[in-house]
Amino acid sequence: MHLDPVLLARLQFAFTVSFHIIFPTFTIGIAIYLATLEVLWGWTGVERYKRLAAFWTKIFAVSFAMGVVSGLVLSYQFGTNWSRFSATVGNVVGPLIGYEVLTAFFLEASFLSVLLFGGERVPRWLHVFSGVMVAFGTTLSAFWILSANSWMQTPAGYTMEDGVAYPADWWAIIFNPSFPYRLAHMLNASLLTGGFVGIAVGARYLLANRHTEEARTMLRMAVGLTAILAPLQLVIGDLHAENTLKYQPTKIAAMEAHWDGSKPAPFELFAWPDENTQSNLYSISIPHIASLLVTRQWDGLFPGLQDVPPLDRPPLPNVFFGFRIMVAIGLYMIAAAWFGAWLWWRGRLFETRWYLNLVAQTWWVGFVAVIAGWVVTESGRQPWIVEGILRTADAVSPVPAASIATTLILFILVYGVVFSFGIYFINRLIARGIQEMQLPERTPHLAAGHPTFET
Amino acid sequence: MNPDMDITALLPLIWATLIGVAVAFYVILDGFDLGIGMLFPFAKDDAERDRMLASVAPYWDGNETWLVLGGGGLLVAFPRAYSIIMPAFYLPLMIMLLALVFRGVTFEFRSIAQRKPLWNAVFAGGSTLAALCQGFVLGGLVQGVKIENGAYAGGPFDWATPFALLCGLGVVAGYTLLGATWLMLKTDGDMAARAAAKAKVLLVAVLVFMAAVSIYTPLTIPRIAQRWLTMPNLIYLAPVPIVTALVAFAQWRWIEARREAAPFLATVALFLLGYLGLVISTFPFIVPPTLTIHDAAAAPSRQMFMLIGTLVLLPIVLGYTALTYWLFRGKVREGAAYH
Repeated sequence: MHLDPVLLARLQFAFTVSFHIIFPTFTIGIAIYLATLEVLWGWTGVERYKRLAAFWTKIFAVSFAMGVVSGLVLSYQFGTNWSRFSATVGNVVGPLIGYEVLTAFFLEASFLSVLLFGGERVPRWLHVFSGVMVAFGTTLSAFWILSANSWMQTPAGYTMEDGVAYPADWWAIIFNPSFPYRLAHMLNASLLTGGFVGIAVGARYLLANRHTEEARTMLRMAVGLTAILAPLQLVIGDLHAENTLKYQPTKIAAMEAHWDGSKPAPFELFAWPDENTQSNLYSISIPHIASLLVTRQWDGLFPGLQDVPPLDRPPLPNVFFGFRIMVAIGLYMIAAAWFGAWLWWRGRLFETRWYLNLVAQTWWVGFVAVIAGWVVTESGRQPWIVEGILRTADAVSPVPAASIATTLILFILVYGVVFSFGIYFINRLIARGIQEMQLPERTPHLAAGHPTFET
Repeated sequence: MNPDMDITALLPLIWATLIGVAVAFYVILDGFDLGIGMLFPFAKDDAERDRMLASVAPYWDGNETWLVLGGGGLLVAFPRAYSIIMPAFYLPLMIMLLALVFRGVTFEFRSIAQRKPLWNAVFAGGSTLAALCQGFVLGGLVQGVKIENGAYAGGPFDWATPFALLCGLGVVAGYTLLGATWLMLKTDGDMAARAAAKAKVLLVAVLVFMAAVSIYTPLTIPRIAQRWLTMPNLIYLAPVPIVTALVAFAQWRWIEARREAAPFLATVALFLLGYLGLVISTFPFIVPPTLTIHDAAAAPSRQMFMLIGTLVLLPIVLGYTALTYWLFRGKVREGAAYH
C-alpha cells in the first residue's frame, strides 16, 4: 500500500494543531476573565470575586498545561515534518516564533506559578499583577503566532533569493495585510468561547441550586460580555472576509462554492460542491445574497473557482462546510446572548429553566466554531503553505511515510487519551464546585494541616 | 580589514553561544524536574511523591520553555541545521514530545485524580522516556548526520546505535542525579537522607557514563581524537577532565556530609563540564561531520532583528525566572501537596 507522506504530514499537523487550538482559545479568554476577577477583588475586596478567581484558576491551570505540551509538539513539528517550509521561510517565521517564546511563554509560565502557588507568601498586589501578566502573556502569544500565520496567508515585507525568503521590512512582515483582522477575530473568538463556558457553568450551578450567588455573578458577567462580543464577531468576520477577498480570492470562492466568476453568486444554505461538474448539487440557496455579502452589491461579481486551474483550488468540502458551521454557530451565539440579555433585563434570567438548560448543554459551541473557522482559513489557503511562495506538497521533510504514519497513530492515541482525561478532570472540578472555605492554601511550603479537596 | 566582515564572522558564533546557553539552561532546569519524575518509583509513599512534585511545581513550565527556545533559536539562527536535525531525529524527537505530553499533564491531573498509582507511573514513564530520547539525539548528533544537497539523506533509524543508547542511559542517570541532589536541597529529614544515598550511587553511574563517552568518541571519531589528543591541545584541554574528577571527588564528600546546596551545584558543574567537553569535540560543526555554524547560519545581517531583541529580552526573562525561584525558596515541608 502506498502511503503519501505529504498527506500524512498534513493530517498529523492538522490533527495536532486542532487539538492544540482548543486550549489556548479557552485559556486566553479565561485568563482575561481571571485578570478581571483579580482586579475586581483587589479593588473592592469582595470575597465572591476571589472565590470565583480561585475556582477558575484551577480550571485554567489544567487547560494551560494541555496547551503547553501540545504547543511544544507544534513548535518541533515545523522542523520534523515541514523542514522545507522552515528552510524556505524560516528567516521570516523563525524570529516571530522566537519573540513569542521570549516575550510570552516565559512570562505566562512564571506568573502563573505565582498565581497558582503564591498563596499567603505573596502580597495581594502581586497576586493581581500576576493575573494581569498571565492574561497579557497569553494575548501576546496570540499576537506573535497569528502574525506568523497571517504572514503565511498574506506574505509581505520580504525578498526571495535563490528560493529562500529573507526579511526586508519587519514592520511590514509583522503587520502584514491580514494580521489585524485575524488577530481581532481570534481574540474575540477566545473571549466568546470562554464566555459561553462561563454561561454554561453558571447555568449548571443555578439549575442544581448550588453556589447561587457566584452563579448569578458569572451569568451576568458572561451574558453581558457575549451580548456585546457575539455581534461584534460578525462585524470583524465580515471585515476579515473583505480583506481575504482582496488577497486570497480563491479562498472566498471556496467558502461560497462560487464557480463562475462572471455571474453574481447566491448564498448557499446547503449544497454539495461537485468538482467533476464544477457546480453545486442539491443546492438550497438564496439568489444574489453572496454577491451582496462579499461585494456589497446585488449584482456584484467576484472571482470564482473556475478562474484558477484545478490544481490551485483548495479542498472544497473543508472550506465550504467549515464556513457554514462557523457562521451557524456565530448566529446561535448572537441569539443566545441577546435572548439572555433580554431575560436579564426583564428580571427572568435566573428562573427561565429551559434557557439555562440550553446554554448549559451548549458550552462547546465556541470550540467547534473556532476549529471550523481554522479549517476554513488553513484549508482555504491550500495548495499553498505560504500563499504564492511555497506549495504544501513542496514543504515536507524527507521523512519516510511509514515513520509519519507511526507517529500519526501515536498522536491520535496519546491525545485521545490525555485530552479525554483533561475534559473529564475539568468536569470534575466543576462538579466539585466553588470552594466555600477560606481561600484554599496552595503554597506547597505549608506545614501539615493543608486542606485538600474532597470529592 | 572590513568591519562588516568581522561582524559576519562573529554573528554565527554569538548565536551558537546563545543557543548553547539556552540548551544548557534547559538541560539543567528541566533536568532536575525530569529527574524527580524518574525518582518517583523509588519514593516511600504518595505523601512523599506529593512533596517531590511540590518541590518543582512552581518551576516546571518555565523550565520546559527553554526547550522551545532552544529549538526556536536553532530555527532562527541556523535554519539549515534545523531543517536537517529535526527530520534526522524524527522518531526520538516525536517520542520525546509525546513523553513530555504525559509528563506535563500529570502535574495537573494527578492532583485532581483519585487513581494516584496510574499517574505516578505516567509521570515516571514520561520523564524517563523523554530523558532517554534526548540522550539518543545527543549521541546520534555526536556520531554524525548524513547530508546530501543540503537536506537530510539518511534513514529513519540512523540514530539507533549502541553509542546513542549509552548516551541515553547517561542522560537518564544525569537527570536523576540532578533530581536527587535537588531533593537534598529542598527537603529535609528522612527524605533528604534517602535522596543522598541515591545521589551517591547515581554519581558513580554518571561518572562511568562520562568516562565511557570520553573514551569511545576519540576511539571511533578521528576528528575528536585529533581535537583532544594532539599537542598542544592535550595540554590546553587536560584541565577539563581533571576539573571534572576534582568536582566529582568534592561532590562525593559533600553528599556524605549531607550538605544542602553544594551537591546540587556540583551536579550542575558536572553537567556544564560534560557539555563543555561535547562542545570542544564538535566545534565548529553544528551538524557533524560536515555542516559548520558558518555554513548553517542564516544571513547574518538578517539576524540582527532577532539578536537585538534577544539580548534585551533574555536578561528580563532571567530576571523574573530568578524572581520565581527566590519567591518559592526554602524547604518543602511534610504534608505539602501540589495544589
